[in-house]
Amino acid sequence: MSSFKREKKEEEDGGGSPYQNLDKTIVLQEARYFNETPVNPRKCSHILSKILFLLNQGEKLSTQEATDVFFATTKLFQSKDVMLRRMVYLCIKELSKLAQDVIIVTSSLTKDMTGKEDLYRAAAIRALCSITDSTMLQAIERYMKQAIVDKNPAVRSAALVSALHLSTSVPDLVRRWANEAQEAVNSDNAMVSYHALGILASTRRNDKLSTVKLITPLTKYTLKSQYALCLLIRMVAQLIDDDDSEASTPYIRFIQSCLGHKSEMILYEAAHAILNLKKTPRDLASSAVSVLQLFCGSSKATLRLAGARTLARLTSKHPTAVAACAVDLENLISDPNRSVATLAVTTLLATGAESSVDRLMKQISSFVSEISDEFKIVVVKAIRRLCQKFPRKHQSLAAFLAGMLRDEGGLEYKAAIADAIIALVEENPDAKETGLAHLCEFIEDCEHTALAVRILHLLGREGPKSRQPSRYIRFIYNRVILESGPVRAAAVSAVAQFGAQRPELLPNIRVLLARCEMDDEDEVRDRAIYYNAILDTADQELINDYIIDVPKPNPVLLEKALRDHMANQSQEAFDILTVPTEELKEAKEDVVEIEVRNKPKLLSMEEIYSEQLARVPGIDKLGPLFKTNPPVELTEPETEYRVRLLKHVFVRHAILQFECINTLSDQVLEQVHVRLECPPEYVVRFILPCPQLAYDKPASVFVVIDYPSAYLDSLGTFGATLEFVVRDCDPNTGIPDPGEGYADTYPLEEFYMGCADQIRARAMGDDWEQTWERAANILEISDTYALPETDPGAAAKSVCEYLGLPKATIVGDAVKEIRGGGVFRGGAPFLVKARIASSNVGVTMLIAARSPREDVAQLLLAAVG
Amino acid sequence: MVYTTMEGALFEPTLYIVKGMCILDNDGNRVLAKYYDKDVLPTPKEQKAFEKNLFNKTHRANSEIIILDGLTCVYKSNVDLFFYVMGSSHENELILQSVLNALYESVSILLRRNVEKRILMDSLDAVMLAFDEICDRGVILDSDPTSIVGRAALRTEDVPLGEQTVVQVLQSAKEQLKWSLLK
Repeated sequence: MSSFKREKKEEEDGGGSPYQNLDKTIVLQEARYFNETPVNPRKCSHILSKILFLLNQGEKLSTQEATDVFFATTKLFQSKDVMLRRMVYLCIKELSKLAQDVIIVTSSLTKDMTGKEDLYRAAAIRALCSITDSTMLQAIERYMKQAIVDKNPAVRSAALVSALHLSTSVPDLVRRWANEAQEAVNSDNAMVSYHALGILASTRRNDKLSTVKLITPLTKYTLKSQYALCLLIRMVAQLIDDDDSEASTPYIRFIQSCLGHKSEMILYEAAHAILNLKKTPRDLASSAVSVLQLFCGSSKATLRLAGARTLARLTSKHPTAVAACAVDLENLISDPNRSVATLAVTTLLATGAESSVDRLMKQISSFVSEISDEFKIVVVKAIRRLCQKFPRKHQSLAAFLAGMLRDEGGLEYKAAIADAIIALVEENPDAKETGLAHLCEFIEDCEHTALAVRILHLLGREGPKSRQPSRYIRFIYNRVILESGPVRAAAVSAVAQFGAQRPELLPNIRVLLARCEMDDEDEVRDRAIYYNAILDTADQELINDYIIDVPKPNPVLLEKALRDHMANQSQEAFDILTVPTEELKEAKEDVVEIEVRNKPKLLSMEEIYSEQLARVPGIDKLGPLFKTNPPVELTEPETEYRVRLLKHVFVRHAILQFECINTLSDQVLEQVHVRLECPPEYVVRFILPCPQLAYDKPASVFVVIDYPSAYLDSLGTFGATLEFVVRDCDPNTGIPDPGEGYADTYPLEEFYMGCADQIRARAMGDDWEQTWERAANILEISDTYALPETDPGAAAKSVCEYLGLPKATIVGDAVKEIRGGGVFRGGAPFLVKARIASSNVGVTMLIAARSPREDVAQLLLAAVG
Repeated sequence: MVYTTMEGALFEPTLYIVKGMCILDNDGNRVLAKYYDKDVLPTPKEQKAFEKNLFNKTHRANSEIIILDGLTCVYKSNVDLFFYVMGSSHENELILQSVLNALYESVSILLRRNVEKRILMDSLDAVMLAFDEICDRGVILDSDPTSIVGRAALRTEDVPLGEQTVVQVLQSAKEQLKWSLLK
């Protein structure tokens, strides 16, 4: 009986389908049948489908196999069968990526695309363009141009779309067909007009003027295609964003008119554009929001999702508008579509009031087990923001997070929850004890090593400061007994923190560490011995620098610096202070994250540019890179040449990188130099000119300068002029016209080498006071200044900017205090304390700088003075 | 993929809208699938894992749309087939929906309203052509089922193709559509 059932099931599944259990070798054998004459179209077409099916299922062909099949397939051009021919095209497209010598079918395809059979032509163009490269293009260019103006819409569309694909590798190609494409925009066929507009949009992306020219007539004329209208709205919206003058009014009116369109697709496109403009016109916002509200109440899930998602993304931009939609969103909490429900919940969490938190949390817990990990992470992040927003709710929120921690879930999800609790612990002193208790409980039963290590680290940092530090030691030490090597090592470090910070616990800690000295794992043993030895000395400064507050260099840059050091075989000892430390995370703008998205890898400025810098000859002699400063624009945004400056700071030198972009398509700049007017004492050591600056391709000029020997002389203003030879060129090909060209210059804005450029701020912990006190015997300089600002807060911010300190170093309310510190290039550490208060004569500041190097301290004062 | 914050961003003015289309059977196995963006699910392995995941999340809940792995996926099912169209999470969902409708309607006409796996496998070549006519490397080529079918249904059961004219083919496609609308 059971076997009968199975058979029946198989029958249902396959139904004797010829595609069931296909074998690659057999199918490839069958391809030999293509050589027989006359061709049997039906049979050959069937074999081709099998090959395509196999490829589609992910079967891999070797280059040889693919080439064999490809050549067999070309035999089928003999047959006139339309279906078979179309399948051949499909096969050519699929195999073109795998087989060799695919260009041999060019002539067959060219014949088809110019032939009489309409059913061939469109598809032949697309197949042809998939095997064509830039070298082959000239041969078929004429036909392509004709195809764009053909009377058959399918042929026109095929030619336009293929041209768009080709334009990624041969950008100037499509520009040569611009006139034909322009004409096609007004075609009666909706798709032709859409594709033509798409091509024009992509070729004129960087040319505002011609985009205006293209768009203006279209806004007055109703495009037939909905897709084209959507695209037009997108282009118009970009124009409005680029230009906030009166000139954009007709465009805004155009989008407004689209709000009355009968198609939902256009309605949505227009509403979305209005709400996402940099400056949403006030009179339109409400009608755009009401479109979204309408969508939220729709019976179609797609519309509800579109509405809810757009609202969700607006929470930080238009919080009041979103808050006004709270009722609509609340109706979506129990939506059968989980994506919609989650968006609604997170949006409400982001905008809601304190009073509604408990109710929302209840609703979330009812469905949290049913949603995917990614969405759970989003929910967790929303809760994390709630913790910041409503600190008083920490009890219930922490309990909820702890509940989620106990549930099933992957590492990322668990890490997100742990992050949320860690943030709670760090930000909210009231929640510290409960949060740490939840985490302690969690590591008792945590299968993720990385996560356990992080939590142990946190316990080591926060635990010693709590009222009853001893209770955490038990949890930590349990890990030493039960866990794997890495976790044990982390636990040892955490335990050592307690010993270093709480003298009353020291004897017990010493016992625990002594036990760990017998561990099987090298790392654990080493750490235990290391900490024990340092604790033995009872030297508070040593303990502070090597246990409590250890600077962490950026690992990527440390590796690079070490390599350079090895390569130079320098006699000097390696100085770790010259390596940039992990970047201080500036308190980020509160970006409300509603959805899951792919995160980019975050790179520091230094990592991004190190590759480009490597081109500068002699850079290895300059020593390790100390810091790369954020770019400064040296030209107005819409000029012929755009230049921005990056200051790469080394110990005794700086590399000025002038990143230039040429926005004129009919010019090529050659021998691009920068003439620099330096402040006194600066010396220009070397200039690496840029040999050629082509249209829209960024290239850089590098100038290596020596810093003045005295630190105080290093503050100053530079003047710069771009010098180059202009040669006119063909805007389509980029090939310069024959002839010499002429020399020209272009003035750049002045720029300043400030204190902030030469400083790396260091993270200062909560114990800043102690650090400051410990430095009491170090040289201190102080002075009082009157500041031009009227508000102490603004004044504090600008002082921070001058000194290159993060805004997070500002504390206090009425009287602002800046408590910062860092390292000057060359490695001299410093601490700064400034008190800023308003008095009857304006804002005054008392600033004190402590540094072992007097000139560094002086420089800091000079920078703000 | 260049990353910009999704917060308050306008839609990109591009023709490359569709990231992928696929048809799965009721065990979540791939019948046909195409992915168009080399940065989105580039390998068959990733694609199949995504499809498994997609199927698990959608085959019971019949709710049209889901956000998965940073992609917006609209879907529709019938008997033992599931049709999906994928786009960026920052794309007009209704455009994707219109592409899904084009795909489903075209296949439905091709299969004479018998949208089920067994029948689809018999006309797999025509369905492959329909895929090709709807989307070309991510650009929507056509969304009108009648004209898509006119260019994909090149074979009718009885008359050998050589004896048909193009007009006849189009005519029969139109009739099929009319019939379907009357139903």
